[in-house]
Amino acid sequence: MDNVLKIIMQRLALGLLTLLIVSVVIFVAVNMLPGDFAQAILGQGATEESVAAIRRDLGLDQPMVTRYFDWLGGVVQGDFGASFASANAASFSGTTSGVKTVAQQIGPRFANTMFLAAVTAVIAVPLSVTLGILAALYRNSVFDRAANIFTLTSISSPEFFLAYVLILFLAVLNPIFPSLSNIYDGMAFSERLNKSMLPALVLTLVVTAHMMRMTRAAIINLLASPYIEMARLKGMSPMRVIVKHALPNALAPIINVVALNLAYLITGVVVVEVVFVYPGIGQLFVDSVKTRDIPVVQACCLIFAAAYILLNLTADIMSILSNPRLRHPK
Amino acid sequence: MILWIAAVLVGMGALAWVFRFAGQAATGNVPKFRDMPFGVAYGYILAVLVVGWLIWAYFQGRSSDPAIANKFFFLRIGIEGFIIFAIAAWLFRLAGRRVGTAWSRKMFRAMPLTAAFGVMIILIYAILAIFAGLLAPYGQEQIIPGVAANITPGGDPALGGNPDFPLGTDQIGRDILSRLIYGAQNTVGIAFATTLLAFFLGGTFGFLAATFGGWLDQVLSRMVDVLMAIPSLIFALLLMTIASVWAPRLGIPLTVFMVIIIAVIDSTRVFRLSRAVGQNIVVMDYIEAAKLRGEGFGYIIFKEILPNATAPLLAEFGLRFCFVFLTIAALSFLGVGIQPPLADWGTMVRDLSGFVNYAQFAPMAATAPLLAAGAIALLTVAVNFVVDWMLHKSSGLKE
Repeated sequence: MDNVLKIIMQRLALGLLTLLIVSVVIFVAVNMLPGDFAQAILGQGATEESVAAIRRDLGLDQPMVTRYFDWLGGVVQGDFGASFASANAASFSGTTSGVKTVAQQIGPRFANTMFLAAVTAVIAVPLSVTLGILAALYRNSVFDRAANIFTLTSISSPEFFLAYVLILFLAVLNPIFPSLSNIYDGMAFSERLNKSMLPALVLTLVVTAHMMRMTRAAIINLLASPYIEMARLKGMSPMRVIVKHALPNALAPIINVVALNLAYLITGVVVVEVVFVYPGIGQLFVDSVKTRDIPVVQACCLIFAAAYILLNLTADIMSILSNPRLRHPK
Repeated sequence: MILWIAAVLVGMGALAWVFRFAGQAATGNVPKFRDMPFGVAYGYILAVLVVGWLIWAYFQGRSSDPAIANKFFFLRIGIEGFIIFAIAAWLFRLAGRRVGTAWSRKMFRAMPLTAAFGVMIILIYAILAIFAGLLAPYGQEQIIPGVAANITPGGDPALGGNPDFPLGTDQIGRDILSRLIYGAQNTVGIAFATTLLAFFLGGTFGFLAATFGGWLDQVLSRMVDVLMAIPSLIFALLLMTIASVWAPRLGIPLTVFMVIIIAVIDSTRVFRLSRAVGQNIVVMDYIEAAKLRGEGFGYIIFKEILPNATAPLLAEFGLRFCFVFLTIAALSFLGVGIQPPLADWGTMVRDLSGFVNYAQFAPMAATAPLLAAGAIALLTVAVNFVVDWMLHKSSGLKE
């Protein structure tokens, strides 16, 4: 067990290191923007003094390295700084009460995105594993071929195509779900579920296809093994052979692909959120990219990267735990 | 609602049991029915119900009552399209088996229908992209004066169409058909160039890392690790925003920046693959022999490694192309990709998407945005079908 703990600690340290380097990359990339927010917001009529004043307020006059460590120090304590846009609005109105910190802006939206991802995962994971097992069981049958064509099609279609097709059929022609997901705080759970159902279905279509194909491939890979042959010769039913003998050994790749797709759910939702005007972190990211609200962009990027790294790390650790040969490296 | 669904499921279960029992009785207990698990019987019933519903919906779509016909209009178009494409792919494969060199005829004989469909679509797109200037009735930026926005396709004046514009005109009076055809040239062409660049970068560095090994390999691999730790669409969006500020200052079109940014981000995946493939080849005896002959690194990479790595790289090229194509479409859809005067499918979807909501009253209104999005989907599906077939063939998986 010590061994396992050591491996997990090593992976965690490696993940943290990656995250640190990623934060440097993001910071440097954002600072390659010519001019800065002070100039952008004041526009043509900016005087030297007013630009300098805003720069001083926002700390833009410091050298880059200092700003990076200031920012990083704040992030570690959960403080992503003040959003430029709202700080600016507050300085015009002369109050400080209206200043929204980035954390305040991101917090609820992050929760919304997590909600969407959770709804999708609850639908997609059991569905795709079941379908994958069925496709492996009845491989090369009509069902398997139809599933193959259907999944390939939904993997390779762009998300906005699937989104508009679903809007057309489930919102416009047959008004079952609303086509706009205007979620707000204090909404009843059932209504919230109803409003986020269409984006969740689009995401389900995209990730189910991938997970199902991987589950099918992982199980079929094992079917040539001697112990499967043995189980078959014992007279076990095909379903029992797959569920009792093939599935446990195929768990590592399945867990891996599930984690990868969950990472996709949190990071790749940008397009879906924009189509359905879902108030998640992806939409906030696109919006603040357009207004060049640097602290928000940085924070969003960092959160996306952290979620991505964390889930990949989980996939790594889970596949080590589920495989005794990796648990005891030579 | 839930009770209703449960009742249908239970009813189907009963039907499945009856179906199996009837089969056993009618055929004198042949093994097919005797050993049929309940789940399979259930599956048959489900399939019959789905196919029955599709046929019913198809004839609803042809109903003379417009209120009903409108509701099933797109389902009808979808079913007709599916059948037409299937027949076209079958004919195309048949033609491929008769005409051509011995090699191509042999290839077509072993081809499943999906792959034939893929090859057919890719050929059509290639022809459209290359001859866009000749095929399109109008220019891609040409605003036809005196033409109101009219997105009704079909060109049938009775339905409100304009016979001069088979697919209608967009909000500012540009011919949608011409823009779709030019979109093939712009979107596909740019995606193809980007993929080529990504392969050039990723392949070169990957093979270099595999051949040299040591610190060069370490540095490149760690750099790629870091780049891959940032989700690609997010990173592309971030860099495109920065590029969109720089582009007008430097006087370089934004599209050039987009090609470079996406190529660099995607080359990390190519790097991983070509490094792994290269490492497997580098330890071969013939590489050792070439080194002992005193050949340079250039010779070893281009004459020894590259020819032996073409097969996996080719399949990867198809997949990468799909990813690049979808990324460009997504960026354009979000408004930071290919820039307006150029016709591009992603931008067209964004501009025309509002019309989807009018489909309730006039189903034709939704065709324009769906056509642009469908054009993207059709090509990626086609490429994926071909790649799937190639991978299946080379893996030699029989079960």
